[in-house]
Parts: sequence; C-alpha cells; structure tokens
Amino acid sequence: MTRDIAASTQPLPGAGAGTSERHPLDTFPKLLLQHARQRPGSAAMREKDYGIWQSWSWAEVAAEVEALAAGLKALGFARGDKLAIIGDNRPRLYWAIAAAQALGGVPVPVYQDSIAEEMAYVLDHAEVRFALAEDQEQVDKILAIKERCPHLETVIYSDPRGLRHYRQPYLHAYERVVEQGRAFAAAQRDFLAAEIAAGSGADTAIILYTSGTTGRPKGVVLSYDNLISTAATALEFEGLSDREEVLSYLPMAWIGEHIFSYVQAYCAGFCVSCPESGATVMQDLRELGPTYLFAPPQIFERILTQVMIRMEDAAWLKRRLFQYFLGVAKRAGAAMLEGRPVALHDRALYRLGNLLVYGPLKNTLGLSRVRIAYTAGEAIGPDLFLFYRSLGINLKQLYGMTESSVFLCIQKDGEVKPDTVGPPIPGVELRVAEDGEVLFRSPGAFQSYYKNAEATAEAKEPDGWVHTGDAGFFGTDGQLRIIDRARDVGHLAEGSLFAPKFIENKLKFSPYIKEAVAFGDQRDFATAFVNIDLEAVGNWAERRSLAYGSYQELAGNELVGDLIRGCIEEVNRDLAAEPTLAASQIRRFLILHKELDADDGELTRTRKVRRRTIAERYASLLEALYSGADSARIESEVTFEDGRKGMMRAELAIRDVVTAPVRRETPPRLPAEPVEAVA
Amino acid sequence: MISEKGIGEPILEADAISLAFGGVQALQGVSLNIRRHEILAIIGPNGAGKTSLLNVINGFYHPQRGTLRWKGAVRRRMRPHDAAAQGIARTFQNVALFRGMSTLDNIMTGRLLRMRRGLFWQAIYTGPAEREELEHRAYVERLIDFLEIEAIRKVPVGQLAYGLQKRVELARALAMEPELLLLDEPMAGMNVEEKEDMCRFILDVNDEFGTTIALIEHDMGVVMDISDRVAVLDYGRKIADGAPDAVRADPAVIAAYLGEER
Repeated sequence: MTRDIAASTQPLPGAGAGTSERHPLDTFPKLLLQHARQRPGSAAMREKDYGIWQSWSWAEVAAEVEALAAGLKALGFARGDKLAIIGDNRPRLYWAIAAAQALGGVPVPVYQDSIAEEMAYVLDHAEVRFALAEDQEQVDKILAIKERCPHLETVIYSDPRGLRHYRQPYLHAYERVVEQGRAFAAAQRDFLAAEIAAGSGADTAIILYTSGTTGRPKGVVLSYDNLISTAATALEFEGLSDREEVLSYLPMAWIGEHIFSYVQAYCAGFCVSCPESGATVMQDLRELGPTYLFAPPQIFERILTQVMIRMEDAAWLKRRLFQYFLGVAKRAGAAMLEGRPVALHDRALYRLGNLLVYGPLKNTLGLSRVRIAYTAGEAIGPDLFLFYRSLGINLKQLYGMTESSVFLCIQKDGEVKPDTVGPPIPGVELRVAEDGEVLFRSPGAFQSYYKNAEATAEAKEPDGWVHTGDAGFFGTDGQLRIIDRARDVGHLAEGSLFAPKFIENKLKFSPYIKEAVAFGDQRDFATAFVNIDLEAVGNWAERRSLAYGSYQELAGNELVGDLIRGCIEEVNRDLAAEPTLAASQIRRFLILHKELDADDGELTRTRKVRRRTIAERYASLLEALYSGADSARIESEVTFEDGRKGMMRAELAIRDVVTAPVRRETPPRLPAEPVEAVA
Repeated sequence: MISEKGIGEPILEADAISLAFGGVQALQGVSLNIRRHEILAIIGPNGAGKTSLLNVINGFYHPQRGTLRWKGAVRRRMRPHDAAAQGIARTFQNVALFRGMSTLDNIMTGRLLRMRRGLFWQAIYTGPAEREELEHRAYVERLIDFLEIEAIRKVPVGQLAYGLQKRVELARALAMEPELLLLDEPMAGMNVEEKEDMCRFILDVNDEFGTTIALIEHDMGVVMDISDRVAVLDYGRKIADGAPDAVRADPAVIAAYLGEER
C-alpha cells in the first residue's frame, strides 16, 4: 500500500522522470544517483568554511558518497549494520547518511550535545558497529563509553585536530577512509550500483532516537517509504521545487531536520547549506536568505527578543518609526498576506512601512526570500506568530512527530490561524479519541520502536492507528487544535481544566521569561517556576544600572521580581479572557536560581520542560508555593559544563500575583456558550 | 609523551642576562634556554622580572649585560620589529589590539610583515596585489577556524568580551607564522571556561603548527597542566628550571611563593 504512494512521488521535479516501473526511486541513494544524472552541475550542498561558501554539485555529492560508502565497505561495513553519526550539521555527516543507506545499512544520528551517559545508551541499544564523529569532542565521548558498547568496532573522525596523538587502532581519519574507498571502488567497478539496486522502499531508512519527556529514549524505525511518501506529499502540497534554499542548523538527530535537510532535499533536488558554526547561524541565515525555513518556536522567539532589545537601544527616531509601523503591520499585515480586504489607507501605510521598516528588518534577519516558514515542535504564542506574519513572512504551523515522519497537518495558505495546526494533509487520517487524545493513520507511520515491542504495541494499534499522546480537538473549520500532552492536561481541585503547557507558552512569550513551569493539577490554584532570559533581563538591568554578577544574582533581584510579576499579570489578563482557562490564572510564582538545563535532566534535548522531574527535584519549592510562605530554601545538584557536579544553595523569594476578573460577556458572533454543567 | 612531541635543540639561548632601570635590577644574570617545540612556562611572584625577560627576548629592552642567541647566532642590538621578522611573536598582558578595527582586520595586520607588494600595488589592488591579499586572507581564515572565532569575524574588537579579545590577540600573533610565540599572561582575568578553552588552543597551536611557546602565567593549575618545563624567577634571578613536578616540589620555589620560615 505504501508502495503506491512512493510511486506517486515520481511526477515530482527530478524524482520521477525517466524511470520505469522496474526501477522505482524508492531509496535516497537511488534518488541521489538520479539527481547526479539529471542535474549534475547544480548545487546540492553548501558549507561556509574558511569564510567562504564552499559548494558541491549533485555529481560531486554522489562521488563523495560513493567514495565514503566504498571506504566503509573496505572497513567491513555490511548490510544491516548501523552507523552512528555524531556532530554538528556538516556535509560529510549528511554524506555518511547516504553512504550507510547505499550499503543497505542504517544511519543512527545522535544528538551532538548528548552527555556520555545518553550516548552510551543509544549506541549500545542500537547495536552500532560503526560511528562517525565530527571532532575530538565527540571522539573523546565515544572513547569514554566504548567499553559499554560491545558492538562498536570502528570510529571514524572528520576533523583531525587534536587527535594526532590518539593511538587507538579502531580510530580512522575520514580522509583515509575515503582514500581507501576510492582505491576499493577503482578495483571493484559498479559494486555500489549493485548495492544501491539491492535496496528497496520497504527497508529501514533510519533510526531516530526520540528525546522523550519521560524515560529512556526510544528508537523510531522509519522506512524509505515512510519518509519519501510523506515528504513528497508535503512538497506537492506546498508547491516546492528544486530551487529552494534551506539552511541546515537544527540537530541532525531530530526528525524535523532530517526531513527538511535530507529527505525533502533528496526528493525535490534542492540545495542544503550548512552554517559555519553554531554561533554564526544568524549571520549565515542572513547571507544565504533561505526560501524554505523550519524552526521551532524558540528560535523565532530568540530572533524577536534580539530585535526588541536592539530596538530599545536604538535612537529615538528609529524606535518611534519601528513602533508606529509595527502597529500598522499588526492591523494590516496578516490580512494582506492572506489576501483579505484591507482599507486603502492601511494598505498604503503598510507599503511605506515595508520600505522603511519591514523590508530592512527582514533583510537583516535573513528572512527576505522566505516563501514558506514552518514552526512546529511546540505551540507558538499567538503574538509571536502574528508578529512574523504581519511582516509578510508566510509563517505557518504544522503538526507531526518522529513517529509520523513529521507531516500530519499543515496549515493551508490563506487559512492560517495562530491557535490551530491546520487540517490533515492528503493521505493522513486523524481522529480524536474519547479521552481527547489525537490518533493518526498514514503512510508515514513508523515501523516500530527498535527492540521495544511493548512500547510499539502501546503506541500502534493493530489496525495501524498510532497514539500521538497529544490532547486536541477539531474546530468547526476542520483544523486541528492541540492543547497539550494528553497526560499533562489536568484539572484544578475545583474541577476546571488546567493545561500547563498552554500557560507556560503564554508566559514564555514575554521576552523576559525564558522558561516557565506551571503547576496546578489537583491543586487549589495555579503557580509557576520562572527562568528569566539572561540576555533580555540583563539588558533591562543594565539600562537601570542594576549591578549583577551572575544569573543567580540577577534572578534574585527585587526589581527583576517585580518585572516578572508584571509579565505574569499580563498573562493572567489573557487567561481571564478565555472562560475555560480563567480559573488557572497564576496566583503565586518564584524565579528559579538556576537555568533549567538538559544536562541536569530538567529539559529534553529539544528544550521541552520535564515537568515531573522538575516537580520532584524542587519539591521543597513547590511545597512553599502552596504553603503561603514568602520564601523558600533550596539545595540542588548542578552539572557544570565540564561534567563535574556541585551543590547550589539559594533562598528564593515567592511572590503573589494579582489575578484578573473573569470576563463574563460572550464575544459577539460566537454561538452562545452551553449552560455550565453542574459539577 | 615528551619524546613523541620531539622537543629539539634550543632555538633561543639567554646567557647571564642583566637588565636594570636606574637603580632597580629587573634581571640579574638570568640564563634560560627555550627549546624548539616546547611549552615553557615562566612563573614567579609579582615584580620578579617575567615581563622584562619577555621584553628582552623580543627586542623591546636591551640588556646591559649578557648575550642572546637566536638559533645559534648571537643577537646584536635590535628593535622589536627585527625580532618579529626573525619569527618571534607575542601577546601582551593588557590586550593591545586596534579596538576600532574588526577581528578580521586585526588579524590581517599580523600578516603585514609577510606582504611583499608595496603601497602602490596595494592601493590599486589588482593583479599580484590582489592575489597576495587573497592568499593572506586564506591563511587568516584558517586561523579564525582554528581558534573558533568565526562568529566575531566582522565585529570591532572593542565590543568583544575580554576572553575573546585575548583569543583575537593570539590569532594575530599566529598570523605572523612565528617560530617562537611569547604569551604574557594569556589567561589573566578569564573565567574557568575561558581558561580551559585557552589552554586547549595553546596546546593545539603547539601541536598543529609546531610553534615553540614561552608563556607567563599565574594560575599554577594551568602551568602544571600544559607546560613541558617551568622556569621560576624571583627578584630578577632564576631560582629553578625543570619539569613541572620537580619545580613544584623545589623548596626554593615554595619559599619564594609562600615566604621563608623564620
């Protein structure tokens, strides 16, 4: 069944022309060879290195992949072997994915900022025999855990710097592997073509370990058919072509990155660029001007925060212009983007604003050429979302997960709303269970969790329906709305709905709040832990000549506490406007003495808060929030950047927040609310 | 480990160097060798004459007595730029960069000694001058990559954090492709993380470029970790010279740092 949909990718640009029924382009190595034949000279990959954008054409990429695959083969890489890929987004790491797949192996990308412990689990669980590490940092981690990974035999490193004196016999330099590969390939002509031809769409393409907010990571097994059919449907849905420009900067181990920078690039034949380093992403974005962009809300949030900070430091005239035209954009921008009618006067002002403010701003941010930008991974604050849309950037939401090869829902152009994730895309069936959980059935649905039949059975019904774990509902417009993780949605003691993530997202929309954790399930009222945004609050403090030496000191400052209280009161006013959520206004909060950190297990690697872990770890603080105390002591263990652990002690102030009166009047044009149920 | 690194013959030999400013004896008969490819740390309490010694080595001061040999040849009276031309580069205790210029331009100034084309060709920037500029830029880009300062390539150094400025200064010194690199307190005023980075860069420079390094440092942890040899100065005299562990156990060194028991 999935085969049919894979076949339907063929009319796509590049993918299909000139292939017969006998040779479907159902794996990425096959697509690569096809591109190398059809568009040998056009750019497939770029990387900024030594200050210059270096580029590789499809023919060159195919040659690189061939050499690496042959080198792996010479080292003993066999069909079904796993290749762990660990490092920042680099062309060589992408080639390694294709090389492993060409040999019938399975790439297993690993989060590059994993600590040794997490890496050991994944490498061992996936029974990885080969690993490709980007540099000394990753090699050191692998060496430290080598003994716990009995299957691991060969480690290849890309950047030799600092590794000159390493004498381990199983360590190989990438250059040497490729060199040997060229010799091997010269001796055995066409071996690779045969290897590639032996692969088929039903084979496992990749195993991606999900960070998961609870428990051990699970290895999601996805087939070529899963990935290609889903990606192709999405390409067609959005009318994307081989002329797109994409910047690859999110972790390679994340499904979103994999789909956009590898799967879709190979399906459509567009060019993927790698930034110079993690720190230069914003500059590289600006130089490149991508047309197709994907970022989790945090990135859009960070960009906006930076813009706001810089505008506050700007000269008076600039600041006034910015504020004025931002107001115009708010009124007219989103409507103009969607082609809805806008008053002539506003239309003219918006044009002027585009000339003076929006255009230059988008150019500075590298967003001038964006045709489609997606945000996903978490709900996005409506103000944040509308900010970008009002500038004329076609930012849309989508809904998906690793288990669905990403795309389940995408918002249609012209039907974009901040609080929905759009209707299901063609080929995807969605339904909402009685308990509110969303289930899907689609060609992209994963094969299984690797070596975890129990979890697979739990998530995947025999008839193909997959549990998403998200709570949501369909609106009358047919668009899906996601409220929260199904198991996180709770109720206050008096019975009204409590959706913590919804509240946290509202809090985090304030530029001064970086992370927030809301509590309230089975409690009398809602409370929150807050992490301040060091950059934004630091800047705010500087302008008020507040001295501070560390995050902890700034977080403990009295005035900063007042500032955050103001932000929370604003959120409370917002919550009061929505009758179902009005009861979960934040009554009390505290500012944590340290930033929540993935190394301490408080966040996932994709920076989602682990609410339960945090509640356990800071139980005494939580207690104090509900006991009425006006301060609380905490001692917590922290992990420093170098892996050492230490204790941190602090006395935190707890503050009360004013709640807003619940607005009772129903907004016009909406159907009258149902009579409140008597509890 | 040491043999693997291939520490070779002395490239700089200082013999009985004495230097005085008026009545102040900064250096008194200091003899010190710096061997090819080693990392030598020069330590000592404040005012021991460490910076004076570096200044003598790079030709900024001229000693009243004693001789200096650079690669076996006795060195005559010279100026710092002569030392630079011979292959000695240095960084300063207080960062000495062009604050209004970008990181890239600052590092490019380190290439000036190696530029062959005169003002005329540079001004019209064509043919050979352009080729030369591109070659130098390529070299500088390698250093930027090596020291991981890509993100600040175009930022004026005056806006950079102190730790980054130190890194830029190191890059500029390396741009000269020196044989001997003198680092005057490369880690002063840095936090732990910045120090760790700097240590790694110093070791990597020594390893990858084969540069001989002499550095002054106060952080004993750093000194013991990265140096092949330690020389100790006190009141202008050298009181110890040897492997880090031997120096650490030397009673004269302990006395100089902690005061003598009476």
